[in-house]
Amino acid sequence: MVYLDHAATTPIDKRVFEAMLPYFSDSFGNPSSIHRYGQLAEAAVDSSHEIIASVLNCQPGEIIITSGGSESDNLALRGAALAAREKNGANRIVTSKAEHPAVSKTAEQLQKYYGFQVEWLDVDGNGEIKPDIVEKVISDNTAIVSVMYANNEIGTINPIHDIAAICHRHGVLFHTDAVQAAAYLSVDVGALGVDLMSLGGHKFYGPKGVGALYVRKGIPILTTQTGGGQENGLRAGTQNVPYIIGFAEALRLVNSEREERIAHVKPLRDRLIGSILETIPESRLTGHMEERLPNHASFAFKGVDGNLLLTMLDAAGFACSSGSACKTGNPEPSDVMYAIGLTRDWGLGSLRITLGAGTNTGHIESFLNTLPKLIVNARALAQN
Amino acid sequence: MSGGVDSSVAAALLKQQGYEVTGMMLRLWSEAGKEDSNRCCTPDAMALARRVAAILEIPFYVINAKEVFKETVVQYFLDGYARGETPNPCLICNRQIRWKFLLEHALAFGADFMATGHYVRIKNDEKGQKQLLRAVDHSKDQSYVLHVLNQEKLRKALFPVGDYPKPEIRRIAESFGLPTASRHDSQDLCFLAGDDYRNFLQRNARELFNPGQIVTSGGEVLGEHTGLVNYTIGQRKGLPVSSSVPLYVLSKNASTNTLIVGEQTELGLRELVANDVNWVSGEPLNESFRAEVKIRYTAKEACALITPIENGSQVQILFDAPQRDITAGQAAVFYQGEVLIGGGIIQ
Repeated sequence: MVYLDHAATTPIDKRVFEAMLPYFSDSFGNPSSIHRYGQLAEAAVDSSHEIIASVLNCQPGEIIITSGGSESDNLALRGAALAAREKNGANRIVTSKAEHPAVSKTAEQLQKYYGFQVEWLDVDGNGEIKPDIVEKVISDNTAIVSVMYANNEIGTINPIHDIAAICHRHGVLFHTDAVQAAAYLSVDVGALGVDLMSLGGHKFYGPKGVGALYVRKGIPILTTQTGGGQENGLRAGTQNVPYIIGFAEALRLVNSEREERIAHVKPLRDRLIGSILETIPESRLTGHMEERLPNHASFAFKGVDGNLLLTMLDAAGFACSSGSACKTGNPEPSDVMYAIGLTRDWGLGSLRITLGAGTNTGHIESFLNTLPKLIVNARALAQN
Repeated sequence: MSGGVDSSVAAALLKQQGYEVTGMMLRLWSEAGKEDSNRCCTPDAMALARRVAAILEIPFYVINAKEVFKETVVQYFLDGYARGETPNPCLICNRQIRWKFLLEHALAFGADFMATGHYVRIKNDEKGQKQLLRAVDHSKDQSYVLHVLNQEKLRKALFPVGDYPKPEIRRIAESFGLPTASRHDSQDLCFLAGDDYRNFLQRNARELFNPGQIVTSGGEVLGEHTGLVNYTIGQRKGLPVSSSVPLYVLSKNASTNTLIVGEQTELGLRELVANDVNWVSGEPLNESFRAEVKIRYTAKEACALITPIENGSQVQILFDAPQRDITAGQAAVFYQGEVLIGGGIIQ
């Protein structure tokens, strides 16, 4: 089997795994305990905060450890919006139509049950949010703006720095979901200018079930998981020490090895895109051609059932994903497919191929040898 | 795979026999809002099938057949009732969906065979042709609904469970640790979602419930019926007519929307014509022959003389004894001993 679905998740880096192990059985203490077991565990958590902060170019106290990117998105949106409304009565949330459900579902809930108004921004044909459309809707009644750093389905990178600048000009909070981006892009919050940023460990060769939320100092957050006061009182729960160690180490590695990783995947990815667009009729790249994650290739194939294509690829030994996939065999194009202007006939035939550290030329060539005939078969079955 | 015990055991047996097995499940059609109660593709059924595949360590894929199922099987069901017949949609599903649509997909995935959990057997005859045989467990035999299979499809078919009695199948499921071992068998049509077929027809073909006349075979009007679909051939109870003698439904006339009833002595026909005949061997027989005939899935076999007509595309069936509920739209399937010779649709 060849794994080409790194946007879904990544295998844990061996070095990360090694770093985590001592904290399961040896240094297993509760960081909140007074005794030395606790002290050792707390030291590990503190050191992890420092490592994360150094990568993000912020203060350790500005990092909240969570159970993953989804929890971070929930805490960012709900926590910041409720606190902002408490502080200055701001009642509007601005976000895009291409966000991860952890952002959009939270925004929907805030609208339905908490009385917020939500403004949904349109992406352009490349799936990008342009700064000027943010500027058009922002007002002093806006509690928070949330635009993702890079899109998971179509790989497009948004102009985060420019959007952040606009938000600051208007005194409005800006959050970005950087869960997909962190594996390959700089997450320096000073350079980006964001107020809040979500990260998830398993997208960059760390373990699943752990993430982080950056919250700029001075920004109030209404905590949603209340209890024992951990993480500066902002996220209760005995810290998952080995996973926090793992998260920090994975982030440190991916940050220090960024250039090599990009140099590894980008040529392979470019070869994939070039070959597919050339050899497969009625195929198109989805997402921005240049401003896209270096490991990410996503396509739409006209008249193909994306779900069926994935199963055929799996049977042929390649693990990929799709914007219209559904395990219960009832696919519909995702919102993002419609948002970038695809008709149903194209949108149903989406395919996402995301490369990683373990991908090599052999994998790519083998994939390119296989995909064209599977597309022919899938189209023939659709005709019948 | 359906999430039922039969297909689970079929997969387990084949894996044990050394085949490279892949589980495939069809996503069929159900009315909007009834996805949860449609017997064979509820999230529950799918979760069970998926779980069985995981336990057997075989890949599992779901194939979306929603549109094609609706357009062929469900439409066939509605059209049959509109003609005053009692259709058996499972026949069309087997022919068009399972052994065409799904088979095409299976072959496209590189399969050499498609297997199901049907209770039926395949054997080779002396000439190397495929024969379709009843299951060892006659009470569970499903050969009736598979009479539509031909040589080409039988060469690609495997039916592992037909050799076992049903209780043995459950025991085998338990021995493999399959969660479907105790799952209850369901007999009703899959897309009815547990509802009565008449409610389904009410929702999807209201025009079938137009009242019409109830007449005797002599043409005397006795009363009014509430829609032909509400009655079955041979039915006695529930006829809205008062009569000194018991009356039975003899036939339906869809074009005049009349229900024809008569006394018990009038019930029972000895002849029928079936068309759209499939001959399992691939060649119609060209002379009359004797066989046992089932006129419904649950009917007992009745001895008859069968005469091929119209180059074998139709047969005339003459029963030894009168049959009281020959129903247009059902299949007439003929056997010689254990071997299924062929079948067609009763006119």
